[in-house]
Order: sequence, then C-alpha cells, then structure tokens
Amino acid sequence: MTSQLPFFLAHIWLIPMFPLITAAAMLFFGRKLKNDVINALCVGSVFISFFFSAGSFLQLLSLPQDNRIAINVLFEWFPAVPYHMLDGRIANFVADWGFQLDPLSAVMILIVTGVGFLIHVYATGYMAHEGGYYRFFGYLNLFMFAMLMLVLANNFLLLFVGWEGVGTCSYLLIGFYFHKKSASDAGKKAFIVNRIGDAAFLLGIFMTSAFLGTIRFADIGPALAKGNFAVGDPRIVAIALLFFVGATGKSAQIPLYVWLPDAMEGPTPVSALIHAATMVTAGVYMVTRTSAIYQLAPAAMAVVATIGAVTALFAASMGVVQTDIKKVLAYSTVSQLGYMFLACGVGAFTAGIFHLMTHAFFKGLLFLAAGSVIHALSGEQDMRKMGALAKKIPITYWTMLIATLAIAGIFPFAGFLSKDLILGKAYEKDALLWAIGYFTAGMTAFYMFRLIFMTFHGQSHVDHEVEHHIHESPRSMLVPLVVLAGLSIAGGWVAWPEILGGNSAFIRFLEPVVAVPHELRAEAAKGVNSRLGEIGLMLLSEGLVVCGILAAWYLYIKRTDLPQQIANRLGWFYRLVYHKYYMDEIYDSLFVNRAKDLGLALGAFDRTVIDGAGVNGAGWLTRFISKVSMWWDTWIVDGSVRLGARLIWLLSYPVRMVQDGLVQSYMLLIVIGLIGFLAYYFHIAHHAMH
Amino acid sequence: MIPTEAYLLLSLALFTIGVVGVLTRRNVIIVLMSIELILNAVNINLVAFSRYFGSVDGQVFAIFIITDAAAEAAVGLGIILAFFRNRETVLADEMDMLKW
Repeated sequence: MTSQLPFFLAHIWLIPMFPLITAAAMLFFGRKLKNDVINALCVGSVFISFFFSAGSFLQLLSLPQDNRIAINVLFEWFPAVPYHMLDGRIANFVADWGFQLDPLSAVMILIVTGVGFLIHVYATGYMAHEGGYYRFFGYLNLFMFAMLMLVLANNFLLLFVGWEGVGTCSYLLIGFYFHKKSASDAGKKAFIVNRIGDAAFLLGIFMTSAFLGTIRFADIGPALAKGNFAVGDPRIVAIALLFFVGATGKSAQIPLYVWLPDAMEGPTPVSALIHAATMVTAGVYMVTRTSAIYQLAPAAMAVVATIGAVTALFAASMGVVQTDIKKVLAYSTVSQLGYMFLACGVGAFTAGIFHLMTHAFFKGLLFLAAGSVIHALSGEQDMRKMGALAKKIPITYWTMLIATLAIAGIFPFAGFLSKDLILGKAYEKDALLWAIGYFTAGMTAFYMFRLIFMTFHGQSHVDHEVEHHIHESPRSMLVPLVVLAGLSIAGGWVAWPEILGGNSAFIRFLEPVVAVPHELRAEAAKGVNSRLGEIGLMLLSEGLVVCGILAAWYLYIKRTDLPQQIANRLGWFYRLVYHKYYMDEIYDSLFVNRAKDLGLALGAFDRTVIDGAGVNGAGWLTRFISKVSMWWDTWIVDGSVRLGARLIWLLSYPVRMVQDGLVQSYMLLIVIGLIGFLAYYFHIAHHAMH
Repeated sequence: MIPTEAYLLLSLALFTIGVVGVLTRRNVIIVLMSIELILNAVNINLVAFSRYFGSVDGQVFAIFIITDAAAEAAVGLGIILAFFRNRETVLADEMDMLKW
C-alpha cells in the first residue's frame, strides 16, 4: 500500500521522527553544544517536519475528495491477539505503529509544525539568556514528537502514547524553572490532574475494544455499523463520556481545568506552544477523531456542549479580574477551548477544528506578544505595573492588537469567522447554549481589551528601574509575531462562509472525516438558518463585541477609578471571582487533603501494622526463637558437655593430687615403690625357700 | 685382702646417702650431686663384683657409667642454668609448673 502513495504521503511517519532525533541529541549531548548549533538542529528539525507536513498536505489535496487518506504502518506493535468481545463475538486486537493522514490530521500537523516552528524561532530569542538552553529545546522537540504522534496515530493506543508524551513534556516544561517551588508544584498539578482524565480515557479505550472490537480509527465506523448500535445506546454513551473526561483533563475543561492557569509558571514560549496552540487542543482533536461514536450518543454530545459552554463563560468571568497578563490569557484559553467543545457538542466538529486552528494562530500570537512585553519589562507580569507601552514597543503592540481583535471576533479577523460559525451552529441546536456563547463573546472582547488598555495605553505604572530598560524584542522574536499576526488576520479566510460569498473550503475539506451517519443526516440538514438570520446573528455578535470593547475603554482609559468602585460595590461576588471561585481551595479540601489524609492513614498503617506487626513482629519472633535456641545450646547441649567434663574432673581429683609437679615427690614415690616391690619380692622369695 | 661385703656396705651407704640427698635437699645442684653419689655407689658395686668374679665386664660397665655421668652432669647443669635465667631460682620445691 505504501509503495503506491506519492513520496510525502508514503513518508508521513518521518514527520514525528525529525524532532525526536534532535530531542534525543539535545538530551544526551546538548550540554556541550553551543546555542547556535542547538538552534540549527532543533529549529531545523521542526522546519523539516513542517516541510514534510506541507508536502503531504498538498499531496493529500491532490487525491480524490472521498479517498483522502494515507496510512503508513511502520511495524506491528502487538501481534494480533484474538479475544471475545463483551457480546461474545471474536475480534482481533490489533495495534500497530501506524500513522494515518486524513484531512483532520493534515490540518493538525500543519498547525503543530507551522505554529510550532514559529514558536521555536521565537524561543531562540526569548530563551537566549536562560540557563538550560539545550534542555529547553530538547523538551520542546520531544513535545513536538509526542504531539505529532498524537495527531498522526491510526489507533487509540498509539494516540495514547502521544497523549501521555505531551503530558510528560508539559510537566517537564511547566517545571522548567524547577528550582522555583511554585513552578515545580504547577508541573506536578498539571501532571496529576491530567492523570485523572487519562485514566478515564484509557477506560474508554478498553471499552471501545470490548464493545467495538477494534481500536483503529479507520475501523470504528464499520464496527459501529456492524454492531447495529442504536442512537443513544448506553454502551456508546459510556465510551463517549469516558473519552470526554479524558478530553477535559487535557483540554482544561470543567472540572479538570484547574491546572492550566498554574501552568503559566512555564516559560512563555511553552505557554504559547503547549498551553495555547497545540497540546490543550488534543482533547478537541480526540473528540473530533471519535465523532462517529459521539454522533451515536446524543446524551454525551449534550454533556460536551454544556460543559463547553459553561467552561467558556466560567473561565471568561475569571479572566475579567485577573491582573497577571499570562493568567488572563490562560483563562482566555480555557474559555476558547470551551467554545471548541461547544462546537463539537452541537455536532459542528469541523467548526470546532476551525476554531482550534484560528485559536492556535491568535492565542499563540497573544502569548508570544505577552512574552515580548514581559521580556521588555525585565520579567514583570503584573498588568497593574504596565501601561503606555504602545509607543515604546510598537511591533509587539500592533501584533498583539491584531490578535486581540481576532480573539474578540472583529470582522474579518480569523476569530470572527470561527467563533461566528460555532455560535451559528449552537443557535441551530439550542438557544440557551447560543446565549451563553454569545454573552461569553462579549466578555472575551471586554477582558481582552482590558488587557490591551492596561498594558499599552493610559498612564505608565512601570517601575522607574524597569522603565530605562524597555526595549523592543530582537528580530527572532518579532518575525514570528508578524507571521502569526498575518495568520490571525487571514487564517480564517480559508473557511469564508457561503453567506458572505465564500465557499467554506476548509469545512468542506474536513467534512469527510466527520461524516454524519445516514439516519442523522436528515436532522442535521433541517436546521439551516435563513440567510437573514445568519447575517442577523453576525451583526448581533459584532454589536456585543463592540459594546465590550467600549466598556473596557470606558473603564480602563476614561474612568480608571471606576473598576475599583465596581469591585467594592460587588463585594463578596467580586472576591469570589477574584479568588477564582475558590476552586483550588475547594479541590484542596475535597480531594487533595483527602488524598493526603489517605496517605497519612496508609503511612500510619505502614508504620503500625506492616512495620509494627509485620516486620518488627517477625524480627521479634526471630529473636525470641534464637533466644530459646541459645538457651538450649547453653544449658542443654553445652551443659551436658560441661557436666561430663566436670564429672571427670571430680573423679580425677585424687589422681591429680599425685601429680604436683615437684620432682622430689616423684622420686619419693619411686623409692616407696621400689621398697614395696623389694619387700614383696623378698616375701615371695622367703616363702619359696620354705 | 678386703672382703667384698665391705665394698657392698660402702656402696649401700653411698646409695642411701644419695637417695636421701635427692629426696631431702631443696637445691637442685645438690640433688644433682646426690645423683652422682648414687651412680658412684653403683660403680663401686660393679667393680666389687668384677673383682669377686674375676671378670672385667663390670669394670668396663663402670667406665661407661662414668662417661654417662659426665654427660648427664653437663646436660643437667645446662638445664639448671637455663631455668635460673628464666625463674631466678634453683630450688626444687619452686619448680612445680609441670602438673595438671
């Protein structure tokens, strides 16, 4: 099969390997390398991956539309093992190191390698003066490998390898400044929270293999058809919900979103690459990848949509009051991911992926620009100590403004098109979900422009010490900003909606991957908005966005005293939001401290029962037995020997008296003996004579 | 001519004096001298009977014994000298270590 494919499609398996090789090189030998060499190797390998991705994308486009798929199987991972599925049928468990390129993974690898490459370039400037340069790029390349494995895998198990790999790299990179306690704690938090989702995801994979008899993506559709699963089959719903729990962990949705804001402890390029553009979207990718399962589970879809919408609103509300520039962006990321899940939940998987792509552009740019601001201010992240920076770092300002317009959803920036598509689809499905999304869009515009105004406009609150050092970032950081700014403007045009005279090319490209099953197609077709309605929705959301921007302008430029007054007026509610709804405290008291208690209890059990009764008991018993044995040895065995010796000693007493060591006493005995002998001899002789 | 009994009585007297000396004297050198007396008592005995029987065997034997006594005295005095160096005594009743 491989041999018939054109070159790039036959070698998609190479795409993850380039960063893997350089990652290994960095982590084994990097310490000795100069920064220039590291740059050439690590950025170069990602560029080669991007080149291969672009090549394979173009070759995929040249294939007929209904057959755009390329599969490379490198080798068999597990030999096919036959087993009984839960319904009694026999299936073969097959998992290969197989790589699959279809429109969905093609989009993903382009985003991952493209945005990833730009962020690598940026990082060469941003990290230039940091220690552990080789380690940073080694981890970053390792992440690229894992992420590409995740999106290129052709089965759940290999996807899971990538899934865990990106989690590990996320942990390593969040805790990059590991000597800082908050950073290493944040890394641990991210890892542990993700573990909960991963466990559910793994259960979902087991159930897939037990109910559907396959874990290969390409076989899932046929398996669903073959198994005659009805819409809403509880088994399918269970699988879908388990997958979604996995997605909430990786993609920071309620209730597992808590790790992402803390993850901002990592270096800013990491926040941009992993915690905005790529890794956190893995959940959206996975839900889209399994859309065939979700489409048979309307209940799970409803859960996805609701969680997505609620997360979007909830996170946006926390973003409004944050003062740390990266934390605002972190909550914004959670919120935007909520949008993507809202899209998936209402059945608009393609819209979700579209938003994933535009979000990668503008959120990546926002983080990089924020990094540039932080760089200019010698590490300051508190927006209350910024202001009036627009003139001093103009390129950062303009690119960040473009990204902000894009995320706020101003026509015709990328974010407008994707967000509007999602809101339109949500409106078709459920007016309440739409209303939440709509309101969130207004809040997004507000908090993002709050960030812009606090950072770049108004009066300068920068420390005098820092003020002297303000400088525009080096070219290696500015070029990625400019490229991403271009993508934030034009990146959405690939899905220019039909209503505005476009042809939604991007959506059409993706559609074969998420083909709606026949029985559901009729339902999906019927809810098309009227032309007027669609335009109306767009105008409505534009109106709200403009209101949000104006509100931000009024509060943070015109009447800078008002925010404090409002905060005072709101009282407990402000404090509630400001403290992030006390979510960390609630989790601490509900789970973390309970887990610690469990650990303490188990420790006590260990000390008393295992160590006490078990180990020490065995030790005591051994000592007791050896004491008994010792007593036996001393008194019975040795005793009898000594008793014998003592008896002999007693009996020999009279004989011993004779041997007194004095030579004269021996002589005396000899003389007595001699006299005795002679007396006896003469006595005999005397008798013999008579 | 002196009768053989006289020689035997002299021999007996010498022997008795030697045995009593060995048994009663504390000084080992005197014990050694007493042993010489005993040996010479035997020599007198041998020579007396040699003359009585008209044979020289006894006299030859006596010469051997004299030689032996000389060797014995040399070895005995050597032992006593070595002992004195170690224990600073030549008294027989203080030499009692060779026992149980």
